[in-house]
Amino acid sequence: MTDVSFPEVREIVKEHGRLAADVETLADGDSLYEAGMTSHASVNVMLALEDAFDVEFPDEMLKRSVFESVASIAAALQQLDAPLVA
Amino acid sequence: MTVDTDRDAAFLAGIAQIADEIAAANADDVDRNARFPQETFAALREQRALSALVPAEYGGAGVSFDAVAQACFELGRRCGASAMVYAMHQIQVATIVRHLDGSPWFEDYLRDLVVSQRLIASVTSEVGTGGDMSRSVAALTPGDGGMASFEKQAPTVSYGAYADDLLVTLRAHPDADAQVLVLAAKDQTTLEPTGTWDPLGMRGTCSPGYVVRATVPTEQVLGQPFPAISTESMVPISHLLWSHIWLGIATDAFDRARAFVRAAAKRAPGQPVPAAVKLSHVMTQLSLLRAEVHSSLDMWNGAADDREKLSTMAFALRMNNLKLAASEQAPVVCQQAMGVCGIVGFKNDTPFSIGRHLRDSMSASLMVANERIHQTNAQLLLIAKEV
Repeated sequence: MTDVSFPEVREIVKEHGRLAADVETLADGDSLYEAGMTSHASVNVMLALEDAFDVEFPDEMLKRSVFESVASIAAALQQLDAPLVA
Repeated sequence: MTVDTDRDAAFLAGIAQIADEIAAANADDVDRNARFPQETFAALREQRALSALVPAEYGGAGVSFDAVAQACFELGRRCGASAMVYAMHQIQVATIVRHLDGSPWFEDYLRDLVVSQRLIASVTSEVGTGGDMSRSVAALTPGDGGMASFEKQAPTVSYGAYADDLLVTLRAHPDADAQVLVLAAKDQTTLEPTGTWDPLGMRGTCSPGYVVRATVPTEQVLGQPFPAISTESMVPISHLLWSHIWLGIATDAFDRARAFVRAAAKRAPGQPVPAAVKLSHVMTQLSLLRAEVHSSLDMWNGAADDREKLSTMAFALRMNNLKLAASEQAPVVCQQAMGVCGIVGFKNDTPFSIGRHLRDSMSASLMVANERIHQTNAQLLLIAKEV
């Protein structure tokens, strides 16, 4: 289990989210979908998160609201017991 | 979901009568002339079947979704085009009911729908989007006095010329990517035909292309964001109701094949009937189709009021798969049923004719192209856990 940090989540979103905007210009709570993340790209973000944090998102977490923002992703990872570091 | 069994039974008895006596009697003429099934819709209006899904609080019959799905099946057995128009209308009604979000305008609209039995068509397809319903080119342009206007190039608008209202996907603003659904009444709209309608099947849906132009008050914009409307209602409800029609078409093809086999058996009692064995093979294919359609309806019933569950990838995957599986299976059943009947199934003017069924069922994989849905599911399968 790897610790969850917001910068690490941001790194994965940056690499796989194909945002129109630079992820660093977004606040933790800003919508990634509004920043241009397609549902296709969001699947790649999910796969990369599972790999990086050694977790599996159960089906009930695989929905738009969970992957809406850096903060919601971090919260979901915490819920799966990936420890949060600041 | 509350199910009032008496109400549902009364509704379905009325539908069965219309299907058997009116839709069936006109199906061949509707098909041959690619004309709107007006007799069927006059009867459906008389029975107030167009407002069946409108809740009682707005004066509607408030029948269950199950009953409406069953109605699509019953109509589909007798006239695929009538069933498709009815289903598409119900998709629009269900979408408004589930997403009006307390809007007084849409609440009044539903009350009027009950009284006037208005028929709603949808304008979702658009030139230049590659068939992606969630990506409109056309946009709502704000005007004076709380009005907004749009112009949309639609390659198909089913029964557009016969509808009282259109529910249209548009970008919310010329500068926005976000989508909205807008209801435009016929007297607020002009339809400029851009093509003809002479297709292989589903001919009575009368679905040529139009340039659609309208100016509407902004209160006719459905308030909720389109991704939620699409995921929680439009897509699953479309796939559920369409697949009930395809099951209805395939079931009637099977029934005709069975009637053929029975007639052959009666002509030569005690003699082997080779077509009977073929019929048994068709039954196994039909039962697979029926199982997929019914189990998907069960899944919907277990989730319809749970918007969180409806928004999961696992649910989307399952509803997409229903569309794919049912649309691929229905023509298989129809073609095999034709194989049972032989030449009298191939001919268009016998009691065992299956040509219309086969042609109608072949539209299934094209309306929202299956390859696009397969691509979506291919992505979802990478991450979804239980399918």
